[in-house]
Amino acid sequence: MSTTVPTMGLPAAVDASLALRPTVWMRCLRFVRREPLGTFGLALVIVMAVTGSMAELIAPYNPTANDFSAMTEAPSWAHLLGTDQFGRDLLSRLIYGARTAMIVGLSSALVGGVIGLVLGVGSAYFGGLIDLVMQRIFDIVMAFPLIILALAVVSIFGTGVQNVIIAITIPLIPRCARVVRSSALAIREIPYVDAARACGFSHSRIILRHMVPNVMAPFLIMITASVGQAVLAEASLSYLGLGVQEPVPAWGLMLQGGAEEYASTAPWIAIFPGLAIMLSVLGVNLFGDAMRDTLDPKMRNR
Amino acid sequence: MYLYIIKRVLLVIPTLIGAAALVFLLMRLIPGDVCVIRLGSSGGTFDPKAVALCHQELGMNRPIWVQFFDFMWGIVRFDFGTSMWSGKPVTTEIWARLPVSLEIALLGSVLATVIAIPLGTLSALRQNSWLDVFVRVFAIGGIATPSFWLGIISLLIVLDLTSFFLGAAWMPPIDYVPFFEDPIRNLSMVLLPAITIGYRYSAITMRMTRSTMLEVMREDYIRTARAKGLIHKLIINRHALKNAMLPVVTLIGIEFAFLIGGLVVTEQVFNLNGVGRLFVQAVQNQDYTLTQALVMMTVVVFVFCNLVVDLLYAWLDPRIRYS
Amino acid sequence: MRKALLAACLGLTAWLLPQAAEAQTPKRGGHLTYMIAADGGPSLDGHRETTYAVLHATAPFYSVLIRVNPENPSSTTDFTCDLCTEMPKPSADELTWVFKIRQGVKFHDGEPLSAKDVLASWQKIVSPPAGVASARHASFGMVESVTSPDDETIVFKLKFKTMSFLPSLADPWNFIYSKKRLEQDMHWYEKNILGSGPFKLDTFTIGQSVKGVRNPDYYWPGQPYLDGFTAIFAPKQSVRVEAIRADRAAMEFRSMPPAAVEQLNKELGDKVVTQSSDWNCGNVLTPNHKVKPFDDVRVRKALFLAIDQWKGAQALSKIAVVKTVGSIVFPGSPLAATKEELEQLAGYWPDIEKSRAEARRLLKEAGQENLTFDLLNRNVDQPYLIVGTWILDEWSKIGVKATQKVVPTGPWLDAMRSGNFTVALEANCQNIVNPIADVNRWMPYNVNQENFAGFLDPTMIEIYSKLVPETDMTKARVLMRQLEKRINDEAHQLMVTFWYRQVPMRSYVKGWKISPSHYLNQDLANIWLDK
Repeated sequence: MSTTVPTMGLPAAVDASLALRPTVWMRCLRFVRREPLGTFGLALVIVMAVTGSMAELIAPYNPTANDFSAMTEAPSWAHLLGTDQFGRDLLSRLIYGARTAMIVGLSSALVGGVIGLVLGVGSAYFGGLIDLVMQRIFDIVMAFPLIILALAVVSIFGTGVQNVIIAITIPLIPRCARVVRSSALAIREIPYVDAARACGFSHSRIILRHMVPNVMAPFLIMITASVGQAVLAEASLSYLGLGVQEPVPAWGLMLQGGAEEYASTAPWIAIFPGLAIMLSVLGVNLFGDAMRDTLDPKMRNR
Repeated sequence: MYLYIIKRVLLVIPTLIGAAALVFLLMRLIPGDVCVIRLGSSGGTFDPKAVALCHQELGMNRPIWVQFFDFMWGIVRFDFGTSMWSGKPVTTEIWARLPVSLEIALLGSVLATVIAIPLGTLSALRQNSWLDVFVRVFAIGGIATPSFWLGIISLLIVLDLTSFFLGAAWMPPIDYVPFFEDPIRNLSMVLLPAITIGYRYSAITMRMTRSTMLEVMREDYIRTARAKGLIHKLIINRHALKNAMLPVVTLIGIEFAFLIGGLVVTEQVFNLNGVGRLFVQAVQNQDYTLTQALVMMTVVVFVFCNLVVDLLYAWLDPRIRYS
Repeated sequence: MRKALLAACLGLTAWLLPQAAEAQTPKRGGHLTYMIAADGGPSLDGHRETTYAVLHATAPFYSVLIRVNPENPSSTTDFTCDLCTEMPKPSADELTWVFKIRQGVKFHDGEPLSAKDVLASWQKIVSPPAGVASARHASFGMVESVTSPDDETIVFKLKFKTMSFLPSLADPWNFIYSKKRLEQDMHWYEKNILGSGPFKLDTFTIGQSVKGVRNPDYYWPGQPYLDGFTAIFAPKQSVRVEAIRADRAAMEFRSMPPAAVEQLNKELGDKVVTQSSDWNCGNVLTPNHKVKPFDDVRVRKALFLAIDQWKGAQALSKIAVVKTVGSIVFPGSPLAATKEELEQLAGYWPDIEKSRAEARRLLKEAGQENLTFDLLNRNVDQPYLIVGTWILDEWSKIGVKATQKVVPTGPWLDAMRSGNFTVALEANCQNIVNPIADVNRWMPYNVNQENFAGFLDPTMIEIYSKLVPETDMTKARVLMRQLEKRINDEAHQLMVTFWYRQVPMRSYVKGWKISPSHYLNQDLANIWLDK
């Protein structure tokens, strides 16, 4: 569960296009025209978000109700994607699973990202001993194998969705903090921070007004990448028996028991959740890449 | 420069101590222990006195700070003790599993690099062409696929294909033979896992190669070189690629440490008796000594990779070492 | 006693489907590769370990005093000699058992085996010295002393007569070790293998495999038929199925779930055969009596009544390693309840609607109509998580909203041992079928410390103390029913579906016969290959 740390040059200048401010729609249009892959990714993310949030309206069946008269049935008109070993409708479980994936992905990325942002900016701004200590802590957490952290969290608190989120979030924090810190360090050296300090502005004001907005670009990219990683991490945890647990509909979980036992006799049980994970992570990543290209000034004028 | 190196090396020590303390604490926070698992995991009846005896044998009834001191003192002397599960020295346990893991990791990285760097470069040179789109989707696909799923499916495909074409299903051997004993058997075993691991690895490297290439291509000196009329190909070879390689090499180094994580899952799927699988076993059995040793091993590898990368950067970029 | 055993034996052969015996003469030679469905075990000492990962890797190297008849292992009462010369008749008071030890047996290092070695091994099991662990020490509470008057004789003296003695003696873990080695170091066998069994150790590759070669000095004529074997540790099920399919290994001895068996049948046709048997294992639903509202018998009973075991077991048998509905005694044993007897118990009623109506009424009466709680479960698919998921759905039908709290093995055991749970799904997995000893696990915690339900019940203890020394099968059966009814009336704990063992193997493997436990009949001496 590693991170691809996007190489970040100098931070995005906030006022790069102040002179001529296109409307939101025009910007969107330009994004669509220039980033067809990114748009495709965004479309996948939107589909996932919509199905997840409206699961009750869309899903044809109750995702947790066992039906012993329809166990491991192949896709048919009654069950579009077939049923699993408990006779539960796979499509319905996938739809509800989108919600679980969204909850796990978004909340771990947001929580991990925001904590990382605070720690990263703080560490860069205050520097000195605080920075040194924070750096060591980030090092320790990053070097630490995820499986031990996950096992500890899950063993101590049990395997609820929220505990899986905790297990996934912890390793995300230092990765995000690292990236944010390096961008923030560069800004700190720019004279206007010194100027702001000389003017007697408070720490919080300098951090919030000047530093945070300037690390927003790498931060956003980091967060989109984290959403995908969190969805994958959930699947890997499930494979090791430490993820979300039955009967909660979750893609990683669906892939775990079923994929192994029925991969050959009832392949739909293994294939569809796998595809769902792949497509959603693909979508998030494509969108994230496109956003990086758009936000990164070096990439902008090509 | 020397001062920087010394400072950087010294900073490794608190990280190692912190990691040691963290693993020590976390393992003991997990309810249950190796003795209970050893006797109770089969669901049969057992003598409760045997649990107490087992605790005593393993020194688990000593005060926790004594155990911690023991562990730290062991690290200083490079003595990690014996596995609480098997009773064998931790080094024996790890040593027995190292060859297969190393072989797969190496083979996987070689495969990945060989595929990723040319493809990534091409994709950057022909930005927004069909080839570029294909490479990008292929690359993100590698990152988006859960590796165990890829392993399971690829194994099934091999079985089905051989069964269809050869009449009898074939799969890689499930017990490891060293390369020098039986090279063919050895390679037939490690190839598929190496590809599974390598795909993800190559995907990451490919993306990195592409984006750094794109950045470097826009640097002024490359533009100058182009303007001066140097042959396009030469520029790429001599200037662009060389400069773009630094972050890529860095990534390969760091990712190599992360491979351990990939091994955890892949070794399970292919039944390889490697370090990754040992890791899962050690954690599941709550084998404190073995888990501690394994965690320290990965932490050291990670910290070492980072150290090398930092020193490399400092050497290349003087601003860093004087800051 | 003999009569009772005989009757039991006959009853049992009718109950369990005997494997169609093929009248083929075994062939010598060949190498068997099989898998062990686990990672490498802890120590190699069978006397102290309990996981089959150890047994499946070490049993071929050792001899035992008596064992379950390898030609009839599905019987729960057919015990035969391995190292003894003849199954003894007990003294008139059934308290003294004298075994004559086979002469001319050699350990793999060439040293002769005598009654002194047997004695040293049994003393280690029955009365281990301080600092030496014996996992099954507690099942020999009936033994007063083990002695050896001469080099050919072993005498067991009992404190009281009991039907559980012979099965305990035939426990497959009771390897015979060398006295010389034990005297050197009581822990020697934790790291070394040296027995007198059908195979000699060839190589032991840490975490990966165990290889054995034929012992030419083996005392059973003609055996073992194999030249050698390789046992490979393979914890992931998908690998094991694929390995059998690609003939990387011929089989595994534990069990495979129905989907895997079906897949192998589909893909291999007549190249694979499957043996199956009821399993002396099952899941137990354990409410924590010390936690409100499970201190209320009505609440506990309602939980049991909501479960449709008959229909559930049938459906689950298609997706999990479970099949037979039973209660506290292994369904194949003569002491087990019949279907009619079971249907009287809460949780086994044939009319599920009536049963659930009663469950709802009890919950209402107890004021627990909106009951919600966590079911503690273990993160093992087969069959814990499948059974747990099924039970949750059954409970939802009487309005009980339960969720699963799934944790790894260590925390799962710890939560139960420390009483830190509300309701738990436990396992009850015994090796040799020994009903009198096996039901001990249901006894209140002042008798059996490892019962985590946390209740006291003098009535149960009273019935059990009559049952233990009872050697008349009919009387024992009556007492067993009383005990069963008592456990059920008080809704202490509930057995939910016995497991079902299915062992698919390459059809060239011959001679091995399935038994009700994956611990039994694992010395491989009678296996041969028809290639």
